[in-house]
Amino acid sequence: MTVLDTELRPPEPSRGIVFWRRYRRNRAALLGLFIFAVVVLMALTAGFVDPGDPLRRAGDPLTAPFVDMATPLGTDQLGRDILSGLFYGARISLLVGVVATLVAIAIGVIIGALAGYFGGWVDDVLMRVTEAFQTIPNFVLLLTLVAILGSKIEWITLAIGIVSWTAPARMVRAEFMSLRNREFVDAARNLGVSNTSLIFREILPNALPPIIVYASVIMALSILLESALAFLGLGDPNYASWGNMIGQGRAVLRTAWYCAAIPGIAIVLTVLSFSLLGEGLNDALNPRQKQ
Amino acid sequence: MKLALPPILIYSLRRLAQAIPVIILIMVGTFLLLKLAPGDTVDALVGDMGGADAQFIERLRVEYGLDQPVWVQLWRYMEKLATFDLGWSFVYEQPVATVLMDRLGTTLLLMATSLSIAFTVGVALGAIAARRAYSLTDNVISTLGLIFYATPSFFLSLMMMLLFSVKLGWLPVGGIKTIAGFYTGWDHVWDVALHLIMPTAALSLIYLSFYLRLMRSSVLQVADLDFVRTARAKGAGETRLMFHHIMRNALLPVVTLFGLQFSTVLGGSVVVETIFTLPGLGQLAYQSVIQRDMNTLMGIIFLCSIIVVVVNFLTDLLYARLDSRIELA
Repeated sequence: MTVLDTELRPPEPSRGIVFWRRYRRNRAALLGLFIFAVVVLMALTAGFVDPGDPLRRAGDPLTAPFVDMATPLGTDQLGRDILSGLFYGARISLLVGVVATLVAIAIGVIIGALAGYFGGWVDDVLMRVTEAFQTIPNFVLLLTLVAILGSKIEWITLAIGIVSWTAPARMVRAEFMSLRNREFVDAARNLGVSNTSLIFREILPNALPPIIVYASVIMALSILLESALAFLGLGDPNYASWGNMIGQGRAVLRTAWYCAAIPGIAIVLTVLSFSLLGEGLNDALNPRQKQ
Repeated sequence: MKLALPPILIYSLRRLAQAIPVIILIMVGTFLLLKLAPGDTVDALVGDMGGADAQFIERLRVEYGLDQPVWVQLWRYMEKLATFDLGWSFVYEQPVATVLMDRLGTTLLLMATSLSIAFTVGVALGAIAARRAYSLTDNVISTLGLIFYATPSFFLSLMMMLLFSVKLGWLPVGGIKTIAGFYTGWDHVWDVALHLIMPTAALSLIYLSFYLRLMRSSVLQVADLDFVRTARAKGAGETRLMFHHIMRNALLPVVTLFGLQFSTVLGGSVVVETIFTLPGLGQLAYQSVIQRDMNTLMGIIFLCSIIVVVVNFLTDLLYARLDSRIELA
């Protein structure tokens, strides 16, 4: 009987299935995934579902939501369709969020890896630079960079990446310091593996899980930074952006508060979904941390 | 008691010595940013005068040392910064240091009120949520924390304005005081307090959620430790356990976050001060970007950095005071 039992045991589930089972346990994380999927869908279908340029006049100015079916969520003071602004804004928010996060993580990984791997004076110098970046209030630095580089969307994204790399750099450094003297690294070193491949092929893959979880935080913060810039009128004027819509809605707050409220709720839900996603990823990637 | 004083002095001096290279790096950084920005001092000066001939511009460049090698310029720039000479603002027609000092008070007041509210309320709510972990109270507190964490400060500010100023008419929309009021004494204090309610609430509600979340997980972690079980076994009451044994240890990471977060909060004041037209450093930073007043902008970066360094130094001292395991020397 026991022999039969062991023979018939199903094969180990694949890593993806284990990951999904752990993730699924957190209901809030499922909600986060759902909102995130909706935002991604909006970004992908902008222009299909709700045709029309979000920066063009689509109807009478300041139509309230649910009045005219051509503009279901109403129009702003220039008659621009709020719904199509939401769709195109999702595209910009996600694009800026993803690219800025990649920039921040790339800088953070390089600086953190060098500091943590080599230690000594390299670590001292790089950590002082990191502290300097942490000391300057990041939004003030962002404003300065935008003032110097200009308001094109590429530069804004790069600037957001430049002001957000310090936290991942510190995390990568801490991981590298605890991993650099482990046996598997020593073994590889004794085999004559070069420093570069020790850093990128041996240590980095083991240091990544906490960074992946933290990426969701950087992404949320990047979206908030971009929307704050756009709100202040310093965003790229050629693209519809949620922050910009709120900034314009501020002028008609007294008469048509929905102009600012609708894109604002979109930002809150998107950022919320990233926080929830991050928690789910944390449960799935570091299952031992929480009981 | 006298013997206890020297270690903390040595510790303070060492921390200050560590801050010096960071300040120097920031000085170099602002110099590089100034060099990167289109136009230099002479361009601004000439623009201010409404144009000048090439020879005169050349002479001005020599006078301002702009013909010197970059290293010499950097050295002179740092010498000036060290004496807090931040240059001239061509927009305000005043030394930058004077412009900044006019604005500093408002920002410090806003920071002090909103951070103390955020810290105390965040810590208290976090402790309550952890105490009743996974109950209805905890769920409500944690959900609210998540939502405020996700809300951009400018959106929260606008919605508060809509409710309290436009719909209810209870609070003033912006500014630091009623312009034609000319209040004196306590009336003035009351007037300023009324104007500060919404900006303070907007800043503190958002940063409160950071402290709340960290405090909750920190209390949950500490409550599982052996020394808490020992204290409970010895018959310590739940209240005493919370305040005497758990809180003190659970506060440590929150104090660290307070130091780390401070520069972010100072950056967040840019948006809030701009919305509520508070005449502080944040609003000045925004106006300087719009008006391309690079000298003032660099001055703000430098001044803010010094404030952050001082606050971090103070939180380090507080940390050392809270955690007796840290050896000061």
